[in-house]
Amino acid sequence: MADIYAYITHRNGVADDSALELIVAAKKIDAGATVTAIVTGSGSELDQVAEAVAATYPKVMKYGNEALAYPNAEAVRKLLVDVLPADAVILVPHDTFGMDLSPGLSIKLDSAFVSDVVDIEGVEGGTLKVIRQEYSGMVSTHVACDVSKGAVVNVRPGSFAPDESQSAGGSVEDKSGDVGDLSCGRRFLEVVEAEVGDVDITKSDVLVSVGRGIEDEENIEIAQELADAMGAVVSCSRPIVDAKWLEKSRQVGTSGQTVKPKVYMACGISGSFQHMGGIKGSPFIVAINKNVKAPIFQVADIGIEADILDFLPELTEAINDL
Amino acid sequence: MEILVCVKRVPDTAENEIEVNGSGTDIERDDLVYSVNEWDNYAVEEAIQIRDKVGGSVTVVTVGDDEAEEVLRREMAMGADNGILLTDDAFEGSDGKGTATLLKAAVEKGKYDLILTGAQADDGAGQVGGMLAAMLDYPYASLVNKIEVDGDKLKVGREIEGGNQEMNEISLPCVLSIQTGINEPRYVGIRGIRKVASVDIPELSAGDLGVDAATVGEAGAKVKRLDYFVPELGEGAEMLEGSTEEIIAKLIEHLKAKGGLK
Repeated sequence: MADIYAYITHRNGVADDSALELIVAAKKIDAGATVTAIVTGSGSELDQVAEAVAATYPKVMKYGNEALAYPNAEAVRKLLVDVLPADAVILVPHDTFGMDLSPGLSIKLDSAFVSDVVDIEGVEGGTLKVIRQEYSGMVSTHVACDVSKGAVVNVRPGSFAPDESQSAGGSVEDKSGDVGDLSCGRRFLEVVEAEVGDVDITKSDVLVSVGRGIEDEENIEIAQELADAMGAVVSCSRPIVDAKWLEKSRQVGTSGQTVKPKVYMACGISGSFQHMGGIKGSPFIVAINKNVKAPIFQVADIGIEADILDFLPELTEAINDL
Repeated sequence: MEILVCVKRVPDTAENEIEVNGSGTDIERDDLVYSVNEWDNYAVEEAIQIRDKVGGSVTVVTVGDDEAEEVLRREMAMGADNGILLTDDAFEGSDGKGTATLLKAAVEKGKYDLILTGAQADDGAGQVGGMLAAMLDYPYASLVNKIEVDGDKLKVGREIEGGNQEMNEISLPCVLSIQTGINEPRYVGIRGIRKVASVDIPELSAGDLGVDAATVGEAGAKVKRLDYFVPELGEGAEMLEGSTEEIIAKLIEHLKAKGGLK
């Protein structure tokens, strides 16, 4: 088996949680592999991250350069193509950076790419067998990937239990001298912070959250009436914001808000991993959906098979009658 | 600006329950309603809006069989000027790299300033745009939710974690993958589709594209689906049963116990 590398993403001098997960994924590819962490960035933040990651990885390669201060995937790709050995297997978190980086990286390395992996079964004869999901998690597939010429493997954040042992005692090697030309046709300008909306859904203990099942803008009122009866706030999944029926600040998910309520009412929400990624703190989840196969029923505590357009008004009335 | 938008025909998850077939070799495709991939629809709308602002043309391209032609016509009814169908038995079973190889060949047969794809598809891996850009040596940005034309450059916003937006300057020609929500795709009526029903859509085969058939399709694929299955449910939700009144009574007890009612 070729060498295995893990690309570490970080922000404000702190490694992302995925750093602790990628090493577990790597060991599922090859339990005996020495897994090398690659950390790119600049200045003291980079040094902090590299040191911290050495507690998890036996070997850390650190690449510092002003051009890497913000993780521009185009520049990072150039670096990785220069420094990775032929046939390397590299694991990358499947987040908005990994989605930007990895497909093109696999082309430039002339290796295979497998995206959004949720589990790994192992390698046999140069073939890596993994599990992916399709159709928003409604079905899963086993996927075979020819890794004989290397591979870029994007791993879904949260899919592997983190290695929190902090016992690797690894060493950091400063490879900044190897950084070559990073010029590219895309230049990072700035990050525009999300707008603050009229309601802060992150502060509410109870959320009545609506998804596609609400079907029409005027039906949002049904959810609002239930929320009023419960003393809750209305939040939503991505399609509702795409349709402009609610403000972006009401969206729960990796591309929206991260919420920590006590009770989460998922109404007509299928439960994609991007949506569930925005729900932390193990709330009590009630799923109401007319599609009994919706993935939300796998993660909810209580499930109700019903059309929310019929069910929510009846529930509201019953609560108001208490 | 000459714009190429890569689109795909997929089962419509809003219209279908996706189930695994009896032998686990595929999803149940009988009676599935297909439509254009949702993300691609936003990409086509964005291309039309850019063309209407700065001039030029919009071409839509897809890899598929005769049925894939209907999504090209749908996008032409929206306002795309031209369609191209890449079709050959040798293309079947292509992985992401195979599809990107075909699209690259199609790009090189024309002259495009901007190439758009959807950021992902429900049955895909969000990979073709990034691969195509790397093959063409064009700059790339994914998950784009804002485009401003500024001479021979674009200012593009990428959707990143937490609802934040990463702004970049990118030089043309380039490839962008488009995130949903960037615009509001226009409605296409049956009359619009009739209008383009007889427009000629050129078909290009492996030979026309000058693509070695061994590098695409099943033969060239490094990544292959082995089967489909429904994942073990783990614990799963406790399903409340009974009449609506009974279900509501049980639910209210749960909500009271968990602090869900004020």
